[in-house]
Parts: sequence; C-alpha cells; structure tokens
Amino acid sequence: MNRDIILQVKGLKTYFGTDDGIVKAVDGVSFDVARGETLGIVGESGCGKSVTNLSIMRLIPTPPGKIAGGEVLYDGKDILKMKVDDVRKIRGNNISMIFQDPMTSLNPFLRISTQLMESFRLHQGMNKAEAMDHSIEMLKLVGIPSPEKRVRDYPHQFSGGMRQRVMIAMALSCRPDVLVADEPTTALDVTIQAQIMELMKDLSRQFNTATILITHDLGVVAGFCDFICVMYAGKMIEEAPNELLFKDPKHPYTIGLLNSVPRFDSEDRSRLFSIEGQPPNLINLPECCPFYPRCDRVMEICKTRYPVAKELENNRKVSCWLYK
Amino acid sequence: MPDKALIEVKDLKLHFPIMEGLIFQRRIGAVRAVDGISFSIRKGETLGLVGESGCGKSTTARAIAQLHKPTAGEVIFEGTDITNLTKNELLKVRQNLQMVFQDPYASLNPRMTVGNIISEPIEIYIKYGLLKVEKGEIDTRVDHLMERVGLSRYFKNRFPHEFSGGQRQRIGIARSLALNPKVILADEPVSALDVSIQAQILNLMKDLQEELGLTYLFIAHDLAVIEFISTRIAVMYLGKIVEIAPASKLYKNPLHPYTEALLSAAPVPDPQIEKTRKRIILSGDVPSPDKKRTNCYFYDRCPKRMAKCKDELPELTEVGNDHQVACFLHTA
Repeated sequence: MNRDIILQVKGLKTYFGTDDGIVKAVDGVSFDVARGETLGIVGESGCGKSVTNLSIMRLIPTPPGKIAGGEVLYDGKDILKMKVDDVRKIRGNNISMIFQDPMTSLNPFLRISTQLMESFRLHQGMNKAEAMDHSIEMLKLVGIPSPEKRVRDYPHQFSGGMRQRVMIAMALSCRPDVLVADEPTTALDVTIQAQIMELMKDLSRQFNTATILITHDLGVVAGFCDFICVMYAGKMIEEAPNELLFKDPKHPYTIGLLNSVPRFDSEDRSRLFSIEGQPPNLINLPECCPFYPRCDRVMEICKTRYPVAKELENNRKVSCWLYK
Repeated sequence: MPDKALIEVKDLKLHFPIMEGLIFQRRIGAVRAVDGISFSIRKGETLGLVGESGCGKSTTARAIAQLHKPTAGEVIFEGTDITNLTKNELLKVRQNLQMVFQDPYASLNPRMTVGNIISEPIEIYIKYGLLKVEKGEIDTRVDHLMERVGLSRYFKNRFPHEFSGGQRQRIGIARSLALNPKVILADEPVSALDVSIQAQILNLMKDLQEELGLTYLFIAHDLAVIEFISTRIAVMYLGKIVEIAPASKLYKNPLHPYTEALLSAAPVPDPQIEKTRKRIILSGDVPSPDKKRTNCYFYDRCPKRMAKCKDELPELTEVGNDHQVACFLHTA
C-alpha cells in the first residue's frame, strides 16, 4: 500500500511539572497519518489524547508543560525544533484544529466574518473583499443556510451544531493537509453529531485531508476512522486498523473497554462487563504496565516492567506482556 | 409484570416565564420546558427518559420531585397528588422520592465530609421529627451505605475533592439511599463519566434495584445506556413525550419518526454495522420551545410529515403491546 504520509509523530513525550512530581501526560507516543486517511485516538479522560495533539501544534503552555522528547515531522520537518514564527505559519494553514467546545472556542465579541476572514488574510494574503467572499463560500460548504446574512452574526446567534459547523469552516478554510479534531461532537446531541460527522467525512474526502479524530466514543471512531490507536495513561497500548480492533481486540484494556459499552443492538441486558478500579494517577508513575492494577490477566512481569510495543500481523501493534 | 403505577404524571406542564424590563417587569412569553406530558412509573421498573438537550427531561424529573412547581397538571404518588402539598407534607413524601444528579462535581458540597453528606438527609428528617434514629445508628448506617455503593468506610472523613468522578457519583447514590426511598429520580447519573466507570455505576444501580426493590426514573441522552438499564423507555422531544414502549420493542420497532432518527444517529461501536446501516439525518436544529404549538411538535424536522401534521397535534395513543406513540402515521 502506498501511503502518502504527511504527519509523523515519533516518541513524543510531554511532561507537566507539578508540586507533587512530574506528570507524564504523554509518554513516548508514535503514530503517523497519510493524506486522505483518518486516524482515531481513543481513550478515557486524562489519558493524554488532547495533550498529544496540542503538542503537535506546539500549543502546550510552557511552563508547567514541557515537551521532553520526540519528533513531530510535518512534511519531513520537525515542528518541535522550528521557530515559533514558522510554527505560526503552519497552524491554521497546513495543520488546523477543531476543538471540543464550540461554545467557548469562538470569540464572543467578534463577528463570525472577522473570525473566518482572519486565516484567509493571514495565511493567504487576501484583501478584505476576497476574504469575505471566501468566508461566505466556506459557510455555504458546511451547510449554513443564507451564509451571506449569517456571516455578519455573532457566535451567540448560532446554535451548538451551527457553531461547530463554523469551526469546521474555519479549520478547513486554508485547505489544510492535516485536520485535528479534538472531541468535535462530544458537546452535541446525537442527531446533530450525526450531521457533523457526515459533514467532516465528506469534506475531508473532498479535500484529501489527513484527519486525526480524538474521542472517547468508540461508536464514533467505528464509523469514521481507518486506523485506531487506544491510549491509556499517556501511552499507546494498542494500534490497529478499524475493523480488526473491534473484531479482535488484543489488549485486555481494549477488550474491557469494548465490553463495557452498553449496546442497544444486543439482547443481553443482565450485566455489563466492567473494568474494576480507577485509571492511575499519572504523577510519578512507576515503570510498570500502568494497567496492571485493573487488568484481569495480570502476570508477575507486568508489575515490574513496561511491555514494549510488539508488532503483530496486519500492521497492528500491542503493548502487553501477553503477546511476547 | 408489575402493573401497579407508583407514580402517575397527568398532563404535567412546566413553563418558565420570560421576563422583560428592569423595574417594571412584565411577562413576554414562556419557555415551555415541559408541555403537557402524561405517563406512569410502575412499581419496581426503570422508566428511561431519553431525548436531546433542552427537550425537558431534567425539568420533568425536577417537576416530579417538586423542585420546580409545575405550571399545571398532577403528579400522583401512591394515590395522592403531590403538586399542592405544604412544605411539611412534601418533606414526608420526599423521603420516598430521592434524586441523583448529573454532575458529581457540582452536586456535592465541597466543604462537607463524605460522612456528613451521606448522613445529612437523615439528620434533617430527625430534626423535623419524621425519623427516630439513635446517634450511633446514623454512623453505622453511613458505614453500611458507603460499603453498599463500593466505597471504603474509612473514606468517611474525606472531602469530595479527594475522589474521582465515579466515586463521587457513588457518594451521590449513597446519599439518595440514606432515607430508604422507594423511588430514585436519576438525572443523567452517568453522562459525566468515562465508559469503564459508567459500566461500574450502571451495574451498581442495577444491583441496588434488585436488592432494595427500587423504582427508577432514569434520564440519559445515550440511547445504549437507556436501553441497558430500562424496562420501558419514554422518548421526549421539545417538552412532549412522542413514544413510550418496552425497551426491547422500542429498539426493534420504533414507530415515531423522531425515535427512528434518534436510533439511527446513535453510533454503534462496530465498524461493520456502521458501514452498512443507513442513517436518517435530520435537517436543522431543535426549534426553540418558547412558542405555543398547535400542530405536531416535530413537524419542522420530520422526514415523513403529512398535510395533517401541520394543523393537528397527535395525542399519545396506545397502539398495542404496551406501546404508545404520538404520530398520525400510526394513530390515524
């Protein structure tokens, strides 16, 4: 398979210094995305999914955060080593982001037009009139009715789903190579979520964008992604193509996660499988498998050493001592 | 089948007034959060209430608990209408009608220890002379409750911020059980939790129901969660109930176009199903509930609307097999 890899992350480590110790929010994460592909990053809150993607864009507040190691190669150049001015040229232009909360990620004081035109003027050097035309065109593309009028509205005049459409219009306005969507539909209702996911699918296909979708919803990745990475406590514990991950999950955490989702197409309603215990505290995490206290197939070795990712057939990887 | 209705809601309405003016306030309209709903909750069952944000699910629960006074309608609990009770009478009823709230961060007082949070309902009832409990007995009761919901009793003197979301929700559940209620009104108790923790809480609630014979009104916006926990499901849209059916039937045979769309929009964690099934994508957003409507509430977004729907309002009608629907497609 000939993949046109556009973004490659290698051994990324992002640490936060706190009074109690170092939080290894992201600890050696590697993945890549090619044009036209969608990569899903799944995990529970606090597992480091969002920090991973903020690190790619160099949006981690420093201090307390610090990118402690690794490489983020965009088109062969390491973003982590660039000057801030050069990163700014990439942000919003080549790599852009959709944030979780459409209520807070738009500036409430500025008209939609001002916010949409900004990236056209900044990155593509358009004048006001051109930028306005393009903004209206983008709004039309994301399905906002009568965009000529709505473009002059303020964010509070839009509903949640409409705001997320505006965010998508903004993110795609410069035809980016990579689109990072951080829980784009979590704040939305299911019927609106279905609209937004459909829209993102269409547009990323149309523009041949590489999409990284971060979510905690296994249902959303199942319908949207080509390849899925499962994160736990700052590490990628399993990586697999979409179908295979759901059909034949390898890591006990992935298995547990899939079994603990209630499904309305199943008949059995007696009890849900549940992973006991809580996700670990990331402060001063020992060098063992972070999942072992909750794992139902724990072995002695899990308590002392972290399992290095093992490559399996079909482009899969799993970090678990069961597969050594 | 337990057929006795424990709670009966009849034509319940709750409108929040919209006021204008700073000094001379006048009413310019109302948000019709709950706009005439009737249903019953049977003893020992879980009635799931599902719908999108703003459709009035939480308001319904709060109106049943009399946290908001209903604008019109009756809430009949064990034979008495509780909408017009005095404060003391209401207190007595509420002993059997407890709530679990959505946000485990906001619903626990950060300055109280867990032990105090759980024992507070008991102490209030002692203060009003509705309950006679020895001092030492409260402690044992709190210990017992904490252990029942899966928390160590040694956490009793800790504060809420020392717990994770799932543990806090367990504290909320323990508090709601403190008075041995008959009914728990659970307002999105698992929406703020991660999948693995959500499964723990759902199992806990199911176990508690079996053990203590509780009746639940369970609110959620996640259809899979609702299907798992509920005996019957009521689907709400814009302050109206559009369909009520036994859980398994609703998923196999949804009748109302809104229920169909809702089910088809919910993602299933299985790529094979996701790739083959057809989605009904509703156009537009949920309209604002501040208008008085005389036609079908779903008319604007309905993919199957007919001429009749524009002028008339379909009533919730029984169509057989314990299945009620408010749609002209099925009730003619």
